[in-house]
Parts: sequence; C-alpha cells; structure tokens
Amino acid sequence: MLSIIRSIWLTFLHLFHKTETIQYPEEKVQLRPRYRGRIVLTRDPDNQERCVGCYLCAAACPVDCIALQATENEEGRRYPEFFRINFSRCIFCGFCEEACPTYAIQLIPDFEMAEYDRQNLVYEKEDLLINSQGKYPGYNYYKVAGLDAGVKGKGEGTNEEPPVDRHSLLP
Amino acid sequence: MSETLNYWLVIVGILFVLLNIAAFLIWVERRMLALWQDRLGPNRAGPFGLLIILADTLKLFFKEDWIPPFADRHVFVIAPAVIVISVLLSFAIIPFAPAIQIVDLNIGLLFFLGMSSLGVYSIVLGGWASNNKYSLLGALRGASQMISYEVFMGLSLMGVVMLSGSFSLRTIVEAQKDYWFVLLQPVGFVIFFIAGIAETHRLPFDIPEAESELVAGFHSEYSGMKFGMFFIGEYLGITLISSITVALFFGGWLGPAFLPPLAWFAIKTAGFILFFILLRASLPRPRYDQLMEYGWKILLPLTLLNLLVTGGIILFLNQP
Repeated sequence: MLSIIRSIWLTFLHLFHKTETIQYPEEKVQLRPRYRGRIVLTRDPDNQERCVGCYLCAAACPVDCIALQATENEEGRRYPEFFRINFSRCIFCGFCEEACPTYAIQLIPDFEMAEYDRQNLVYEKEDLLINSQGKYPGYNYYKVAGLDAGVKGKGEGTNEEPPVDRHSLLP
Repeated sequence: MSETLNYWLVIVGILFVLLNIAAFLIWVERRMLALWQDRLGPNRAGPFGLLIILADTLKLFFKEDWIPPFADRHVFVIAPAVIVISVLLSFAIIPFAPAIQIVDLNIGLLFFLGMSSLGVYSIVLGGWASNNKYSLLGALRGASQMISYEVFMGLSLMGVVMLSGSFSLRTIVEAQKDYWFVLLQPVGFVIFFIAGIAETHRLPFDIPEAESELVAGFHSEYSGMKFGMFFIGEYLGITLISSITVALFFGGWLGPAFLPPLAWFAIKTAGFILFFILLRASLPRPRYDQLMEYGWKILLPLTLLNLLVTGGIILFLNQP
C-alpha cells in the first residue's frame, strides 16, 4: 500500500523534471562521428576516387542495395564505371563500410534524406562521391599497394623495397 | 414559461459542456501523461497542441466504420451508445452549483448507482456481439469486475448517507457546510474512489481492455465513431466519478466566497480528473485474480467494518 502511494508521488514529481524530448526540426540532435547514416564514396589525398570496384560491398550488403560495374583506365587503375545505391532498400547496417578494403565507402552522420518520389532515393555515383577523405585522412590505397597504376612505380611505396631481380640471386 | 426555458438552458448547457470536456480530456490526458513520462506530448497543432482534439475527432469521423460480417449487427451498433447514454444520464443528478442541477431526485445516489451499473451492459454486449474470443474475454472480465466492485461501491457510500440522512445529492452537499465528509469518512472515500476507478475501467483496473493481453478487449472489433463512443464514454465516466466524489466527500460547490460555487466545483473535479491520469501514469495493471481477491477479501470486509463503525458512532452520539 505504501509503495503504491510512493510510486504515485514519485511519478507526480516528474512534472517538475526536464523533458527528454528534442524538438527535431528546430533543435538538431548531436550525432556521434561514427553514426551510421547516409553512404558516401570518399576520395584519396590526390582527389582521386578511392573505390577500386572490388564488389566486396555489394557482396556484403544483406539487402542487395549496392550495384556497381568495375572498369580500368589506361594506366591500369581500377574504378567503378557506375556505382548505384538504392537507399529505399538500404538498412544502414554499415557492412559495406566494414567490407571495403580501401576505405572508399563510408557512412556519415546525416539522415535527412526524405524524398517525395521513391525514385529519387536511388543515388548514382555523382550523388555519392564527395570531395573529402572521410574518416581516414591521408590514406591512399595505390600508395601502399604493390601495384603500378600511375600513382607510383613498383617498389616505391613507403613500406616497400624495390623489386628484386630474381635471376641475380642465383648462386 | 421562463422556468421551462431555464430547464432547457441548463440541460443543453450541461450536455454541451460535458461533451466538450470529454473531447478536451483527450488533449489533457496526452499532455499530462507525457509530462509525467518526461516527454512533451502533442504540441504542434495549434497553440499548446490544442488542435489535436480537432484532428483526433476528424480522424475518428473519417475512419471506415466497419461492422464485421460475423458480428451480431444490431447489438454491435447499440452497445457503444449504451455507455454514453448511461453516463450522461447519471449527470442529471449532480449538483454543479446551487442553481445548476437538472433534477434533484430524493433517491439521487441510487439513481447514480443504477445508471453506472447499466454501463456494464455496453461492455458485455459489445464484447459478445463482436463474436471474437478476445472481445468475449474482455467482456467477461468487465462483467465480473463490475459486479464485484459495484457491491462495495454502493456500501461505501452508505456512510455518507447515514451522516447526511438523505439520498439527495443537494442535501448531502449542504450537510458538508461544517466538515467535508472526507474528514469523517476517509475510508469510505478511499474505497469509493478505488471502486470508481474500477467502474470506469481506467488503469490500473483496465483489465476489460488490457491492450497487452487482449488486443483491445471488448472493443477490439470497433472502429471509427463507434470506437469513439467508447472513448468518449470512458472520459465522461472519469468526469462523472470525479464530480460525484467531489459532491459526496469534498463539499461540492462549497468553498471560500472569493470564487463562485461553480468554479469551486470545477476546480475540485479537475483535480480528481488529473489524479485519474496520474494513476494511469504510475501504476501497473494487477493480475485478474489479484483484482478479484483485492475486491472481495480486502475492500468488502473493510467497507462493512467502516459501515459498522460509522453506524455505531452515530448511534452513540445520538442516544438520548
């Protein structure tokens, strides 16, 4: 009986507590940097696309909302010919970001993507690409890869040694 | 002629005010519940979100008014009206102010008890006519809850009747000139209020609808304005129990003279309505058997004891 009266009284006291509600359109919520919102494609420090079109994001996506086609330029650098994300399907799980070997695909703290037309939720490559390095500034895949794609020559990377002439090692 | 006109004015005025209060309570309840849960509640439509009432009502009117093919059509349609009519009829005997009362029956209290018992037909018929097992379960629960709580609802009021010597509500209010009856009958007041909550099947005693167990209980199959009638009936029931409590235990319109009698009545009633909402915000629903046990094993003996002690004291004081 006493506990019932006590809980009624404690609930009454909440009249004088501060409300938790954030009045959204006027008052914005402070999102954390690792919040999983809109998906973007980032660029490397030389302002080139990071994406190498490996399809790992499309394979990891549980709802199959990512479609892309890889191609290669004359220097042997791979890049996506088209890159399409259907945000009406996307569940913002972040698996694509985890799967990406070059830090190209990233989720950013922006969720205000509402559209009146469903078709407008299909983002093409030019909608996804941003002029930023995202969460990993200074990272350039082709600088650390052992591949010559016009960025650097073979063996010129930071953690690399020059290629060895195999025939010269013969006894 | 002018007396007839006066009657009509009072009747139409009370009806108008009551139905508006019932609609207004939609907003009051949502805002107050929100505040007690550290939220804001509806605050967008109009000043303080008051236009939510209009939006809710329009929505109810434009909802599809569907009668299930398996339902008993005529009873299904009548059931929601029964609760609104029976509650509105009860308001006829309530003295809002010395001049504002529709009829001063000399059996006013019995009329109120009778009318509030009729309200249970709405639940039972609505649940039965829906021809749905959850509705039927809700209706059964409603019937047994009403029957067991009705018993000591009536008995708890008998202390007041003994003290004032009348069943007429006006006489009862006037008998509280010196002391409010809540001071002389605290146990009677608490028991009557608990029974009143059960009578309006509000939380924590809302087991006839129990949305977490029975979908929506007796009104699972109702939609549109038929559901709206149950809704309005519930809010009218809150207002009725609050105003009856005020009239019987808290001196009705009596109060210091700087405010008119009607204002005192309204303020006291509003306090009890807010308490109804506070109860909803704070207490969980008891299990069905706990409710029955609480009613029959605790409240009923307590009421009888209260009656015995009150009668004994009155006899002792009045002996020659």
